[in-house]
Amino acid sequence: MSGTSSSATSASPSASAPATGRTASTAKSVPRLRKRREHSAGRPKRSVLLTVLTGLILVYTVVPLLWLVISATKTQEGLADSSGLWFADDFALWSNIHDTFTYHDGIFVRWLLNTLLYVGLGAGGATFLAILGGYALAKFDFPGKRGVFAVVIGAVAVPGTALAVPTFLMFSKMGLTDTPWAVIIPSLVSPFGLYLMWVFATEAIPVELLEAARIDGAGEARTFFKVALPLLAPGIVTVLLFTTVATWNNYFLPLIMLKDPDWYPLTLGLDAWNNQAQTIGGDVIFNLVITGSLLTIVPLIAAFLLLQKYWQSGLAAGSVKE
Amino acid sequence: MRRTTNRLMRGLAVLSVLALGATACGGSDDDGSGSKPVSAGDVQAALKKGGSVTVWAWEPTLKTVAADFQKKYPKVKINLVAERSGDKHYTALSNAISAEKGVPDVAQVEYFALGQYALTKGLSDLAPYGADKLKSKYTAGPWNAVTQGSDKVYGLPMDSGPMALYYNKKVFDKFKIAVPTTWDEYLDAARKLHKADPKVYIANDAGDAGLTTSLLWQAGSRPYKVDGTNVKVDFSDAGAKKYTDVWQKLIDEKLVAPINGWTDDWYKGLGDGTLATLPSGAWMPANFVTGVPNAAGDWRAAPMPAWTKGDKASAENGGSSLTLPALGKNKELAYAFVEYANSGAGVQSRVKEGAFPATNAELQADSFLNTEFKYFGGQKANKIFADSAANVADDWSYLPFQQYANSIFNDTVGKAYVGNTKLTDGLKSWQDASVKYGKEQGFTVE
Repeated sequence: MSGTSSSATSASPSASAPATGRTASTAKSVPRLRKRREHSAGRPKRSVLLTVLTGLILVYTVVPLLWLVISATKTQEGLADSSGLWFADDFALWSNIHDTFTYHDGIFVRWLLNTLLYVGLGAGGATFLAILGGYALAKFDFPGKRGVFAVVIGAVAVPGTALAVPTFLMFSKMGLTDTPWAVIIPSLVSPFGLYLMWVFATEAIPVELLEAARIDGAGEARTFFKVALPLLAPGIVTVLLFTTVATWNNYFLPLIMLKDPDWYPLTLGLDAWNNQAQTIGGDVIFNLVITGSLLTIVPLIAAFLLLQKYWQSGLAAGSVKE
Repeated sequence: MRRTTNRLMRGLAVLSVLALGATACGGSDDDGSGSKPVSAGDVQAALKKGGSVTVWAWEPTLKTVAADFQKKYPKVKINLVAERSGDKHYTALSNAISAEKGVPDVAQVEYFALGQYALTKGLSDLAPYGADKLKSKYTAGPWNAVTQGSDKVYGLPMDSGPMALYYNKKVFDKFKIAVPTTWDEYLDAARKLHKADPKVYIANDAGDAGLTTSLLWQAGSRPYKVDGTNVKVDFSDAGAKKYTDVWQKLIDEKLVAPINGWTDDWYKGLGDGTLATLPSGAWMPANFVTGVPNAAGDWRAAPMPAWTKGDKASAENGGSSLTLPALGKNKELAYAFVEYANSGAGVQSRVKEGAFPATNAELQADSFLNTEFKYFGGQKANKIFADSAANVADDWSYLPFQQYANSIFNDTVGKAYVGNTKLTDGLKSWQDASVKYGKEQGFTVE
């Protein structure tokens, strides 16, 4: 859940990115102004206050991660005996990882596969729909477009959690609760992804290019797939990252939709393990919960690092116009 | 984050309760199970015919019971769904009942929450199946809890939680302090311990509805009176005063650690000697073994401190039953399983795996009483627990909306732990909020 909120906050600069981009380009095009130059990207002005603030934020974000990594090396005994930010005498990372994958007949693997399924179909599908919708809204005119805009913006403002209970009752009537569809279908809707794609497509695809393609005799589908889609690639990666993070971290929707542990995603599974500590006679496995959490965030970190290049260019692309 | 989730869950719980109320009005009255008795032959025939039973229960020992049951009746398939407990379990159960879809055939329900489901007709009456004849098998507290003061039986007691005082012997020995036998001595010991080492607290308590109600129960307070839909809430009797007098001092002098139960901090405190005692149910040893492995040998069990010297009164803390939700299917098979697990052969295998029984036969068995607890340095702790079980007063009742009441405990009584509110005032505002909610739900509340 925290991932979802962090993705939302990191997303807001993206919306304002075009504006800042423009200021930077104006600064470059007017090199005569000395004062401007000092502030330019080449020689940034140092600010003690900003450095301290950034440092604090760095500590604030890194310490929990550090705690997680260090704690994952401890046994249940070690967790209770030692300080949170330093290693215990026993180094149990490998046995913890082994136990995480084998505990309860290896249910963790099943949860991992479920999560991949939900992310693959949910986030993948959401991205696909956002591309189609965003492109259509950006490049075609039709009556009621303003209405659609209002609905989309409104939908961005409604937190998914607020819709969870009504969605549950609806899915329950359709007999879809406690099936993977109950998690996948609501994940297909990503108003924010659609909005982002819309804005991106508006900026990234020159209308002239589309017109040229049409004049050359390409049909709408061909124009979309051959001309528009490649231009949208950075935006697609961005939206895919956001929807992936949102689906990967989704907790509340599966919580109310699913009862059968065999269909749990990792978030619910880890929560169930954590809950065992609050259960009479339950097996207390904080060490596995922690190791499992670490294993759960590794793919997300990897995805961010690998796709960073596209993602950053995605945020900036379309901001500078000739 | 945890707080927000909890609040969400709380909100959802309330929502589900409302939904539950709505279905009750919608009329699940046509459930015919109340009218005609089911003969033992019907149950046997169903067992022979076979089928599947879905069980929502987190009790870990049920795994063995389900396996044994299926071995005995090969045509029956027990589908044990066992990953959730507490709030989440009830949310799922209430959601399923209000949606009238996916309701389990058997559900584990704690004693404090039973009234809520029973009253909204969410549960089948088990008396027609012969459950009413099992009364003598169970200890008074749990049986009283499943019958809710009428001739209807809403579940079979699975376990019980007669209270005991767990104490860290190593800590008490180190500071040469005697183990308290009354709550006044307890307060004294708390002061001495905290003075000897400011890091040591006599116990943790950051506001826990379960603990408070159990201690009130032990002190002789009877804040809830329930007669059908007539409910009375009153925290001003003499028993409540005994409790608030002692506990107010513990809070004022900062002698109880502000740690919530069942958190990692809590497990840590139990392990490293900073929490010296724990008043809790007899089911706790299993959690000590798995959750506090590093303090093996340090802890012992003792009878609960008395509110008046020489008084033996005890109370229950926790404990749960297996019930048959009214909308569940395969009622005969479901009942057969519940009876097997909670009254038949299943009880012994559950006790063997560390569950604390609610049945007299198991509680009085020599093998049970003479079990040496390795974790407690070889102590025969079951003798203390069995004594406690025998001394539980059976006239306690929870509210028919206790789940809701517990969910607002921290917003009312909880204030006494963090601010200048007195415990008595906190209880008063808990009372007012409970009364208000009860009236809104259509109860006649005083």
